[in-house]
Amino acid sequence: MSDTLAGLVSIAALVALLALAYRPLGDYMAAVYSSDRHLRAERLVYRLTGVDPRAEQSARSYAVSVVGFSLVGVVLLMAMQLAQAHLPFSRDLPGVPFWMSFNTAASFVANTNWQSYAGESTLGFTVQMAGLAVQNFASAAVGMAVAVALIRGFTRARTGNLGNFWVDLTRGTLRILLPIAAVGAVLLMAGGVVQTFSDTPMDTLAGHGQVLTGGPVASQEAIKELGTNGGGFFNSNSAHPFENPNGYTNLLEVLLILLIPVCLTRTLGTLVGNRRQGLAVLAAMGVLFAVSLAAVTAAEVGARSQAAQAAGAAMEGKETRFGEWASALFAVATTGTSTGAVNASHDSLTPTGGGMVLLNMMFGEVTPGGVGSGVYGMLVLAIVAVFIAGLMVGRTPEFLGKKIGARQMTYVATYMLVTPALVLVGTGVAIALGSTSDALGNPGGHGFSEVLYAYTSGANNNGSAFGGITVTSDFFQITIGLAMLLGRLVPIVLVLLLAGSLAEQGRVPTTAGTLPTHKPVFVTLLVGVVVVFTALTYFPALSLGPIAEALA
Amino acid sequence: MSTTTTPTPAPDAGPTTDAAAHRPGAGTLVHAASSTGLRVLAAQALAQLPEAFRKLDPRHLWRSPVLFLVWCGSVLTTVVAVVDPSAFATWLAVWLWLTVLFGNLAEAVAEGRGKAQAASLRATRSDTVARLLDDTGATTSVPSTRLRVGDRVVVEAGEVIPGDGDVVEGIASVDESAITGESAPVIREAGGDRSAVTGGTTVLSDRIVVRITAAAGESFLDKMISLVEGTSRRRTPNEIALSILLVSLTLVFLAAVATLPPMADYAGAPQELVVLIALLVCLIPTTIGALLSAIGIAGMDRLVRVNVLAMSGRAVEAAGDVSTLLLDKTGTITYGNRQASAFLPAPGVTEEELRDAARLASLADQTPEGRSIVTLALSQGADDQDLPAGLDFVEFTAQTRMSGVDLADGTQIRKGASSAIAAWLGVDIDPRVIATVDDIARQGGTPLLIGSQGPGGESAALGVVHLKDVVKDGMADRFAQLRSMGIRTVMVTGDNALTARAIADEAGVDDFLAEATPEDKLDYIRKEQAGGRLVAMTGDGTNDAPALAAADVGVAMNSGTSAAKEAGNMVDLDSDPTKLIDIVEIGKQLLITRGALTTFSIANDIAKYFAIIPAMFVAAYPSLDALNVMGLATPRSAILSAVIFNALVIVALIPLALRGVRFRPAAATEVLRRNMLVFGLGGVLVPFVGIKLIDLLVSTIPGIG
Repeated sequence: MSDTLAGLVSIAALVALLALAYRPLGDYMAAVYSSDRHLRAERLVYRLTGVDPRAEQSARSYAVSVVGFSLVGVVLLMAMQLAQAHLPFSRDLPGVPFWMSFNTAASFVANTNWQSYAGESTLGFTVQMAGLAVQNFASAAVGMAVAVALIRGFTRARTGNLGNFWVDLTRGTLRILLPIAAVGAVLLMAGGVVQTFSDTPMDTLAGHGQVLTGGPVASQEAIKELGTNGGGFFNSNSAHPFENPNGYTNLLEVLLILLIPVCLTRTLGTLVGNRRQGLAVLAAMGVLFAVSLAAVTAAEVGARSQAAQAAGAAMEGKETRFGEWASALFAVATTGTSTGAVNASHDSLTPTGGGMVLLNMMFGEVTPGGVGSGVYGMLVLAIVAVFIAGLMVGRTPEFLGKKIGARQMTYVATYMLVTPALVLVGTGVAIALGSTSDALGNPGGHGFSEVLYAYTSGANNNGSAFGGITVTSDFFQITIGLAMLLGRLVPIVLVLLLAGSLAEQGRVPTTAGTLPTHKPVFVTLLVGVVVVFTALTYFPALSLGPIAEALA
Repeated sequence: MSTTTTPTPAPDAGPTTDAAAHRPGAGTLVHAASSTGLRVLAAQALAQLPEAFRKLDPRHLWRSPVLFLVWCGSVLTTVVAVVDPSAFATWLAVWLWLTVLFGNLAEAVAEGRGKAQAASLRATRSDTVARLLDDTGATTSVPSTRLRVGDRVVVEAGEVIPGDGDVVEGIASVDESAITGESAPVIREAGGDRSAVTGGTTVLSDRIVVRITAAAGESFLDKMISLVEGTSRRRTPNEIALSILLVSLTLVFLAAVATLPPMADYAGAPQELVVLIALLVCLIPTTIGALLSAIGIAGMDRLVRVNVLAMSGRAVEAAGDVSTLLLDKTGTITYGNRQASAFLPAPGVTEEELRDAARLASLADQTPEGRSIVTLALSQGADDQDLPAGLDFVEFTAQTRMSGVDLADGTQIRKGASSAIAAWLGVDIDPRVIATVDDIARQGGTPLLIGSQGPGGESAALGVVHLKDVVKDGMADRFAQLRSMGIRTVMVTGDNALTARAIADEAGVDDFLAEATPEDKLDYIRKEQAGGRLVAMTGDGTNDAPALAAADVGVAMNSGTSAAKEAGNMVDLDSDPTKLIDIVEIGKQLLITRGALTTFSIANDIAKYFAIIPAMFVAAYPSLDALNVMGLATPRSAILSAVIFNALVIVALIPLALRGVRFRPAAATEVLRRNMLVFGLGGVLVPFVGIKLIDLLVSTIPGIG
C-alpha cells in the first residue's frame, strides 16, 4: 500500500469510527448530565465530600466552585512535587524546583499539560499517578461541566441556576471519562503500550547494558488523549515507542483525542433540542480541521519531492514508523483539540505545516477543541457570528432562543480579548528580553516561532511544544504558568457568567424572521468569523515567523 | 343619515386611502440615491464642516473610543512630524486628522439634517400669547411660556394654540400642518378620542377651551425638537452592545500593534512610531466607529420623514424585532366603509328592477355606503339621466332604521336592515331571500334589504344589496411579505367573530381578535409577550392607553387623546395605522445598516494587512514581498495609501449610513446571504482595488514614491 493510500485509509477509518460513536456517545453524555439518578458510587462521593447533589448553583457560585477546585488542585499538585523525595514509589527522584512545580501544577490543572520537565527523569510514579493522572481526569471533567453549564444557560429560562458543579464533575469523571479511559487503556495495551511498575534492563545491539524506564504508561496514555490533556509519561510523548508503538495505537490515540470533543456537539444538539444545531457547530469545526489537515499533510508530504529530500527532508523530527501522513494527522488533531500530545517534533515541521498547527491553536482551540472547552469556545464564537449576522438580517441578535444584548457581549468580547492578549503580551515581553535569545534553539524567524508557539500553546491550553526553546528559566516557568492558568480560568468564569445571564432570560420564539443558525450560510459565517478574527489578531506576529519562513 | 350599522368615519380620520399612498412623498429625499441626492448631501457636508472641526475637541471624542484613539494617534504623529520633519510623517499626520474629521463630519451631517427640521419647528413655537381663562370666565393674556399644567386657555379662529392640551369645551377645525405637514384641517372637539391639540397648531374656525397638559418646554413640540436635533439622544441597547464588540476589537488590535516593536526589533526591522500608529488606525474599526452615531441619528430622521416621532431610539430598535403586529381592521386593512358589491334580486324580480329601485332609494343618501350603491348601479347599466319627477326622499332615522324614497305615483321604496324592512312590509319574506341575507351575513358582509309598497298597498321584498367591507388593494401581499419576515399580523375589530373571520381570510392575516375590547387587546399583548414575542400596535383612544403602554412598540395616532400619546412610544403625525409596517422596516433597516457596515469595516482589514505588513518587514524578510499582491510602489506609499483609503472610505459610506442599507422583505437566511456577499466579500475585495488606485497617485509624491 502506498503512503498516500495508507494515509487516506486511516483518515477514512478515523472518520468512520467517529461517525459510529457520534450518536450513541453524544446522547449518552446528554443523558449523563440531565439524569436525576445518582449512582451508588456517586452518592458515596457526595456523602464523603458533604455535597448536596440536589442543590442548584447560580453562575457566580458555579464559577467560584470551578476556580476554587482548580486553585486547590494547583496547591496540592505543587505540594506533591515539592515533597516528592518523601513520597513512595518515587524512584528516588528528588523534589521538583519550586517554579517548575508551579508551572507543572498550573499546566495540568489548566488541562494544558505543557511540560517544562522531562517526564520519566523528573517525576516518580506517585506524582504521575496520584497527581498528574488525577488532574488529567479532573481538568477534563471541569471542561465538560463548564460546557454543559453554558448549554444549560441556553436551555433554561428565567432562572439564574446552572446546575451543580460537583455533580457535573463527579458524573463526568465516573460515568464518561473513567469507563472510556479504561477501555482505551486495555486497547492500547493490546497494541503494545507498556503497563508495568518496573524498569526493563536490556542489552543494546552494541552489547552495552541499558535500563529502559517503564511504568503505568497505557493507563496514563488513555486519559492523556481522551481528556485532551497531552502530558506524556515520557519526555518524547507519543513519539516514544512505549507510549505509541505502531500505526494501530497511533490511530487509536487520534481517535481518543477527537472522540469527546466531536461527540459533545451531538450532546449540545440533543440538549438544546435541535440536533441540526449540533451538526452545524461540528460542521464549522470540521471544515477548519479538514482544511488544516489538508494543508499540513500537503506541506509535509510535498516537501519530499524537493531537492532537500536527499537530506532527509520532511522526515526530520518524525518517526519512521508513522511517516508524514500519520504525523500530520496527529499534529492537526493534537493542536486542534488543546491536547498537545505529539508524535513528531513540531519544530521540525515545514514552515507551512508548523505555521498551520500554530494557527490551529490560535483559533482558540475550537477545531474541534478541548474536552468541553471546544464546545464552549465555539459557542462563544457563534455568539459573535450571530451578533453580526443578526444585525445584517435586521433583528437584535438572538441565538438558540436567547437575546444577545450588551451584557452578553461584554462577556463574549472580554473572552475574545483574554487569550490573544496573553499570547501577544507574553511573546512581546519574552522576545524583548535579551536572555531569551540564549534560550532559543534557532535564530531568525524560526526562533521567533518557538517563542510565539510557547505562549500560544500555554494561553490556549494546548500544551504541545514547538521544541527548540529551553523553557526552564524562572521567567518562562512563571510567565507560561500564568498564561496557562489565566488562559483557562478567566475564559471559564466569563463563560459561566454568560451562561447565567442567558439562563435568566426568557425564551424568544423562533419565527421566519429568526436567523436559522443551523444552515450552511451561518456555518460559513461562523468559519469566516473564526478565521478572520484570528488572522487579524495574529497576522503581524505570524508574518515575522512562519509566514516569513514559508515564503522564503 | 347613515343607513347602515357601520359608524361613519369622521372627516378627520386621516388620509387612510391606500397603504402605498403616503410612501412616495415620505421618503423621496432619503430614498433617492440620485445625483441630486448626492449633490444635496455634498452641500450639507460642506455646511457642516465647521461643526466637524468643533467636534475635534477630545472631550467630545471621548464618547467614541475608536475615534478617540485615532485622535491620539493624530496628535502623536503631528508631534513626530514637527520634531523630525519628513514628507511621510507630514502626509500621515494630515490624513490621520482627516480620518477623525470625516468621522465627525458623518455625525455632524446627520445631526444637521435634524437641526434643519428643528429650526422650522422652532419657528412655529415662537412667542404665542395665551388667553388664560379663570374660574369667573374672564380671560387674561399671558405669554405661552408661562402656562402650567392644568391651566385653561381660550383659542379662537385664527389663533395659535399656545400649548399641548385637551379640548374641554367646543369644537373647532385645526390646521396642524406645522406639525404634520398635512394641509387639510382636522376637527378637534371636547370629549371622545379627538380631543388632543398640539401647541403651535392653528385654529381655523370656531372657539375652543383647552386644558393644558404639558408645561412649557416639555410640550410635544419641544420633545420633537430635541429628538430631531439629537440632543436628547441616548445610545440604544444594541448600539451599546455593538460598541462593546468594537472596543474589544480595538483592544485586540492595540495589543497586536503594541507588542509588535519588540518582535520587530528581534527580527532586525525596528519600526518607526508613525508606521505603528498608521497600522493601528488602519486595523481598528474606524469605519463603523465613525458612522455608528450617524446611523442612529439617521434612523430617527427616517422615521421623522415618514411623519412618525419615536420617543426613544430603543423603540425604533424594538420595531425591527417585532414579531406580532396588532392592526385595527378599519382604516388599516379595509377602506373603513362598506361598499355595495352585488344586487341579489328576490325570486320573480329582475336584477334591473332591483338595481333601479336600490339606486332610487340611495340617491339622496350621501353616506359612502349610499353612494357606493349608486356607483354600483351605474356601473351595471342604470341610466343616470332618467330621474322621475316628484321624488320625496325619506331620511334615515334611528326609529325607523331605514331610508328611501316615495315616488310620485305613491310607490314607496325603502332600504335598511332586514328586520326593519320586514317589519315595515308587514308580510312574510320569501325564505330564499332570508337565506340570501343570512348567507351574506355569514360571509362577513352587510345585507341591505330593499322593499317596496305599491300605491295599492301591495308589499314585496325586491331583493338584497350586498355591502362588503372592502379590503385594501395589496394588503394580502403585504401581509405575506411580513409573514416571510416572521411577523404575524393580527386583525383587531369590533365585528363579531363570523364577520371578522371572513375579512381575516380575505386579507390574509394570521389571526384576528373579534368584538375586541381594550381589555382583550391588553390580554392578547400580554399573552404574546409571555411567549417572548415583541408586539407592536396602534391606538388612538384613551382606552387604548394601557395596551399602548404594554406593547413593545405602541404607535399613538396624533389625532388621538393625550393619554394615548403619553402611553405610546411613538406618535404617528399622519394618524395612519398602516404606517406600523413602515416603522418595522425602518427599525430593521437601522440594524442592517449597522451590521453591514461593521462587517465591511472588519473585512477591509485583510487588504490593509496585505498593504502594510510587507511594507514594514520586507527589509528584514525579503520573502514577505510575496504578500505585496497589490504591487504597491514603495513601503511608504503602501502605508500612506492604506491610511488614505481608510479615511476616504468613511466619506464614501456617509450616504449609505444616512440612507440606510436597502431593505427588501425576505427570509432571514436570504437576507444574510445577500448582505454577506455585498458587505462581507465586497469588504474584502474593494480595498484591494481602492488602495492600489490610491497608491498610483501617492507614489508620484516626492519623498513617498
